[in-house]
Amino acid sequence: MNETNGSAPMIELEKTVKRFGTFTALHGIDATVQEGEFFSLLGPSGCGKTTLLRLIAGFENPTSGSIRIAGHDMRGIPANKRPTNMVFQSYAIFPHLNVAQNVGYGLKRRHLSRREMAREVGEALEMVDMAGYERRAAHELSGGQRQRVALARALVMRPKVVLLDEPLSALDKKLREQMQRELRDLQRSIGITFVLVTHDQEEALIMSDRIAVMFEGRIAQMATPEELYRRPASRRVASFIGVMNFLPARATGETQTGLVVQIESLGEVVLPSHTIPAGLRVDDIREVGIRPEMLTVIFDDAPGPRHSFEGQVSGNSYYGDMTYYDVVLPGSERTVTISMRNTANRAVVRPGNPVRVGWSAESILLFRQED
Amino acid sequence: MTRLSSNWLAVYAIIYMIFLYAPVVLLPLFAFNDATIIALPLSGFTTAWFEQLWGNQTLRTAAINSLIVAISSAVIATLLGAFAARAAARYSFPGKTGIIGLIMLPLVLPEIIVAVALLVALSQLGLSLALWTVVVGHVLICTPFAVAILSSAFRGLDRELEEASFDLGESRWGTFRRVTFPLVLPGVISSLLICFTISLDEFIIAFFLTGTDVTLPVYIWSQLRFPARLPSVMALGTILLVLSILFLVLGEWMRRRAARRQGQDAAAGGAMTGVA
Repeated sequence: MNETNGSAPMIELEKTVKRFGTFTALHGIDATVQEGEFFSLLGPSGCGKTTLLRLIAGFENPTSGSIRIAGHDMRGIPANKRPTNMVFQSYAIFPHLNVAQNVGYGLKRRHLSRREMAREVGEALEMVDMAGYERRAAHELSGGQRQRVALARALVMRPKVVLLDEPLSALDKKLREQMQRELRDLQRSIGITFVLVTHDQEEALIMSDRIAVMFEGRIAQMATPEELYRRPASRRVASFIGVMNFLPARATGETQTGLVVQIESLGEVVLPSHTIPAGLRVDDIREVGIRPEMLTVIFDDAPGPRHSFEGQVSGNSYYGDMTYYDVVLPGSERTVTISMRNTANRAVVRPGNPVRVGWSAESILLFRQED
Repeated sequence: MTRLSSNWLAVYAIIYMIFLYAPVVLLPLFAFNDATIIALPLSGFTTAWFEQLWGNQTLRTAAINSLIVAISSAVIATLLGAFAARAAARYSFPGKTGIIGLIMLPLVLPEIIVAVALLVALSQLGLSLALWTVVVGHVLICTPFAVAILSSAFRGLDRELEEASFDLGESRWGTFRRVTFPLVLPGVISSLLICFTISLDEFIIAFFLTGTDVTLPVYIWSQLRFPARLPSVMALGTILLVLSILFLVLGEWMRRRAARRQGQDAAAGGAMTGVA
């Protein structure tokens, strides 16, 4: 995870603001992308992630603040003079040119000989597993092939940064998952900085070294996928990344080992000090969160986790490898979602049956009230 | 029931076709007929009327005038149309719908109104009538067609294609030359051909706005007074008919080719359906 350690910053955004008329798309973005990093901008549509990517590419100019790429201020430098290349959402394959002409499009200005050109194009196509497709016409390509050609066309320019604007959103699920792995492996092997825009949290988690989660023109959290999932900075980030169960809770006191929290239906629990986020005021705690996989249905009477409760299954969704249960909490109308890995000797619990659910204090996340 | 109604539909379609095209078919028929009187039965085959056309000095001047007017009108209307279509496809600005509507209005304005209005305006300005005044009138009626044809060409041009070119290091001009222009070129040619055809056989505006230099349709009209010259008018009409059909088919073919290049459904948003 720490491949970026010790390398230089590639993209530095400082108080970057973008306004369109009276609408503020970006409210002062501060972020640094390291050289060789796979960095994702993740957020719902309209959060400003694409605007930020277009600012880096040079298609838009920031209203204020600065953008530096490889140490150079990009103010006044248009897209065609920047060391960045983009893979567009629509792929933007030139329809009147064949694959080789598409990939070689940007090289034409570099005045290479015919042989050098063909070699560069061939190498780029090889990289994306499209060798031998040089003479194919644009309209003969499938969605996945277009995506590869668009990537080759960017890579052949040897950019310092490749920008990807939701490049996989038009592909079907299977192909998308395959391309996610391929794209990540390719990026790792060539070591070029990638900045990916996506609204798909799973995609961001799978591919990225680091992710910036954006809401309404602001970065809500910037962290590694693991940190983002395990320690979301806010309730909003927590519910955007994966599934999270929220339960009302209050801090009732402090002991030497941690914080005493009263959780609705689950009772009082001591949360170890190291799990409490710095800067969280104890009085502000209104809710706790717990991930579905941190709750366990206890199938036998073996000694389970320290804490448990009796609930009733109100519904289940069977996914083959996993089963998701909705479990009604004791003395409450509230349900929580529990995910269980299916095993050979474990039957799926039908709705209506009681279950014992185990959990541990370490998996409890604290949230304050947000508006 | 279905059979019966489809039979009737077929009969209706055939009658309709006869009504549309029978008079047009008469034109070449009499153009090759060996008689000065336009009447059936046909008496024999001749190409004499075409030969007579060739030797006619006034007609040749009129033909050259028409070519000058049609080419100028087509080029100017296509140029203006390209600007309007580009703006309509790419930018949003206040009053856009209204402005585009005003540009398209001459399509439905009676030509005689346009002709009289232009005549009054020109004489108020103290300008004398000449070929260029006909060009002005023709540009006015051709521009809506050019806008309609080029709009479909520019709309099919994905904005990301131009951005991709720019992103790959190409300049604005280079992007226009290597991406924008090749992709809209078939649309431009289609617009040129259709505007040329419209101008070539336009009569009312030409009649009102021409000075001493007549265009072909005006010449034809003037010849109708002399029954003896009718067969050669028929011959001239035949030539114009064939040229018009040729250009229109060529124009539509170019437009569809452009649409195919851009990966659109060729039949959708056709120039002619867009206009109607």
